[in-house]
Amino acid sequence: MRKVTKNNLITFGITLGFFLLFGILSATGVLGSQLSGLLIPIGIYIILAISLNLTVGILGELSLGHAGFMCVGAYVGGIFSIITQDTIQPSWLRMIIALIIGGVAAAIFGVLIGIPVLRLRGDYLAIVTLGFGEIIKALANNIYVAMDKNGLHFGFAASISDLDAATKTNITQGPLGMKAPQDTNLLLVVIVLMVCLVILMNFIDSRTGRACMAIRDNYIAAQSVGINVTKYRLIAFVVSAAIAGVAGVLYSHSITSLVSKKFDYNLSILILVFVVLGGLGSLRGSVIATIILYALPEIFRELGDYRMLIYAVVLILMMIFNNAPSFIMLRERIGASAPVQKIKGVFTRNRNKAGGAA
Amino acid sequence: MMSFVSYLVNGISLGSIYALIALGYTMVYGIAKMLNFAHGDIIMVGGFTVFTAMSTAWCPVWLSVVIGIVVCTVLGVVIEKVAYKPLRNAPPLAVLITAIGVSYLLQNLALLIFGSAARNFTSVAAGAPPFLTVFDDGRAPQFFTAVPADAAKPILTISMETFLSITVSVVIMIALTLFINKTKAGKAMLAVSEDKGAAQLMGINVNGTISLTFAIGSALAAVASVLMCSSYPQISPYTGSMPGIKAFVAAVFGGIGSIPGAMIGGILLGVIEQLSKAYISSQLSDAIVFLVLIIVLVVRPTGILGKKINEKV
Amino acid sequence: MEEKNTAPMLEVKNLSIQFGGLRAVDGLNMTIHKGQLYGLIGPNGAGKTTVFNMLTGVYKPTSGSIILDGKNITGKPAISINRDGIARTFQNIRLFKNMSVLDNVKAGLHNHTNYTAIEGVLRLPRYFMEEKRVTAKAMELLKVFELEGEAEQLAANLPYGKQRKLEIARALATDPKLLLLDEPAAGMNPNETAELMQTIHFVRDSFDMTILLIEHDMKLVSGICEELTVLNFGQELAQGETSAVLNDPKVITAYLGE
Repeated sequence: MRKVTKNNLITFGITLGFFLLFGILSATGVLGSQLSGLLIPIGIYIILAISLNLTVGILGELSLGHAGFMCVGAYVGGIFSIITQDTIQPSWLRMIIALIIGGVAAAIFGVLIGIPVLRLRGDYLAIVTLGFGEIIKALANNIYVAMDKNGLHFGFAASISDLDAATKTNITQGPLGMKAPQDTNLLLVVIVLMVCLVILMNFIDSRTGRACMAIRDNYIAAQSVGINVTKYRLIAFVVSAAIAGVAGVLYSHSITSLVSKKFDYNLSILILVFVVLGGLGSLRGSVIATIILYALPEIFRELGDYRMLIYAVVLILMMIFNNAPSFIMLRERIGASAPVQKIKGVFTRNRNKAGGAA
Repeated sequence: MMSFVSYLVNGISLGSIYALIALGYTMVYGIAKMLNFAHGDIIMVGGFTVFTAMSTAWCPVWLSVVIGIVVCTVLGVVIEKVAYKPLRNAPPLAVLITAIGVSYLLQNLALLIFGSAARNFTSVAAGAPPFLTVFDDGRAPQFFTAVPADAAKPILTISMETFLSITVSVVIMIALTLFINKTKAGKAMLAVSEDKGAAQLMGINVNGTISLTFAIGSALAAVASVLMCSSYPQISPYTGSMPGIKAFVAAVFGGIGSIPGAMIGGILLGVIEQLSKAYISSQLSDAIVFLVLIIVLVVRPTGILGKKINEKV
Repeated sequence: MEEKNTAPMLEVKNLSIQFGGLRAVDGLNMTIHKGQLYGLIGPNGAGKTTVFNMLTGVYKPTSGSIILDGKNITGKPAISINRDGIARTFQNIRLFKNMSVLDNVKAGLHNHTNYTAIEGVLRLPRYFMEEKRVTAKAMELLKVFELEGEAEQLAANLPYGKQRKLEIARALATDPKLLLLDEPAAGMNPNETAELMQTIHFVRDSFDMTILLIEHDMKLVSGICEELTVLNFGQELAQGETSAVLNDPKVITAYLGE
């Protein structure tokens, strides 16, 4: 068996095994309701982390606006489900359609945003993705949708007044957000997660994935072997956006009240932290880092307000332990490997390296 | 017309605060090639320090401000030494995550000490008369005079805080420009940002220069925090994060690494934000700010004053 | 030397490029015939790599034309020039460092791997067929350069000489008509250089390749190049058969000074 295939199978096994084990523990009541309640968000955050890893780890571009694509999926999927709540039954069918629509909507945003953004590189690209994320959040914060016997009503930056009082249903109300039907359950999250994981593994281990990694490692060389840099950067960016959109749909159907404020740059950064600590380009790393980092603050709940403080300190220490020259030497002497694997040089700046002129 | 002038002046005032913060971002980026995500939280620390000092009875306003500046300067240098210096040759993403960690750390420390609720900040110019009042009843415009009780509502008021923000920022920017272009330490900063290795070979103390950069950037953030908390008199552990991000945008807008770029970017950003709040939508003003940034970067991929970097093949 | 009489593979006519006020390459004419091993030499800063960059679409020439095998490719983007049949290596090696040696070559085979992204994700039969074929082809190429043992290693972990070889293998994977080598012997010891000369000969003969190379190592140049163009300050200084050019007093002066 090829090394890549074997690695992918292990990742698949670890992920499925984790949810099987804790799903059973939760169903039998061994796991308290507090911890059981973490399984769905952990699943959703894993989907977000592995999809962001495609942009950051495989394509090599720092994106700080991943929450924006999640927001698109959450809103579009949520609005769809509320509208069709009475017309499409059973609910699982409606949810599947919502997942597809949410994913497609996020993909469309991915194309629209990707075309201008991917002209930039490095830190400029990062700040522009952050800007787009904030724009999407602000737009979602100002959208009003309602429904009555005359059909759908849309409003922007102002609530809708001309509704038929008897038949009106508010779908989303600007900053107040929306209440999508609670169609997300653990089984669905795990199925969607496993599907996304397989899609990403297959994507990376194919001609397309190789093209993306070639662009990441050296875009001039990639062009020289006939790889269309613009095309593959856009493909990876859009696939990443679509999967984040799917996670958004799961999210909006798993919480009682959805507000746009949630999707700010802090969320994007949180997902980025999962990806970086898990190891750039490593899907398994993203899965494990998300589980640990998401569950840790909850497990140490008794520490109260100190837990986020500890989290911050752990983050800093981990980065220093991983990257500081003195620690690297120490590790080499005692033969330990880095706690976090990473692709060397992906984010090092080559700009100042002397090139050849003749 | 007068309302437009008022929005514009407020925009310039807010923009000069952004510019002060953006200077910190841009100087650190220029020298350490890192996005210092914790810079926004230095503002918050500065605000809380001044807030605490002022709430003790014996501490006068000027001393509180000095204490704030000293605390931030020391904090900036310590953060650099402890968290960033060990990572000087690490991939930029590792440094970015560390900066995010420092940001979380400062925010959560403030949460533990002060709680999450916003506190009311007493303006450093509290009680002072407005800088300028203009009436439409034929009276001459008044400078530094309290509005008489019998007067009609003025058509334009420029507060002391607004005046202070603009004046202080302009003075600081001039001083900083002189410092960088005229002094040995300033030129060392330029040299290090151009080429660290070459600067070291020329006998420049690179570590000292980087510390100095962080010190100046943090001191500017402290000044910005006083001006900002005086104009918008509230403070919470999250006070620094949005202005921090916006100042970062301003720095990118002007061309990150460029000092005049940060000043222009900051002021433009403040004006755009205030005008779109006034004339378009207050909820969408942030979105408009980011949209303008995106348009600028798509047209000029390295910002207004940024240098174009071509990779040699 | 009967190849010389066959049709030209590359015709460069009056090629010039200007950067600001500097004419980096000025009115270069050059004809390379099918199957030839052609050398482009000159002192540092003469504009040799700039010529390569124009030939491969990294820079757009200011004037002049480039005809590859009868087709005008002047000013086309890098990707389509590669598809038209020019592949290159770089002076400062540009491998896909975080990919395996095998994947480097497979990335070179990108445009000869015939399945879509969707077929890849869904693992349809064509994915397996094509991957099998492409992997076999890549391994074949690696064998030519004696790299098959390192196929699973990261490219970054290869020693310097092998990195240069891998770069040639990757370029050949794109199935070019014309191969451009930018200082292939740079940084190699005499033994490695001698081995490289054999490899270049082998590539020309077994792949029926036309090769244009930039080189400073005169032993390599005189050992394998049939014809030379000498550039100095962006202009052609001399052109013709290797031995004649290398004995030209103008060329000797340019290299050694007055």
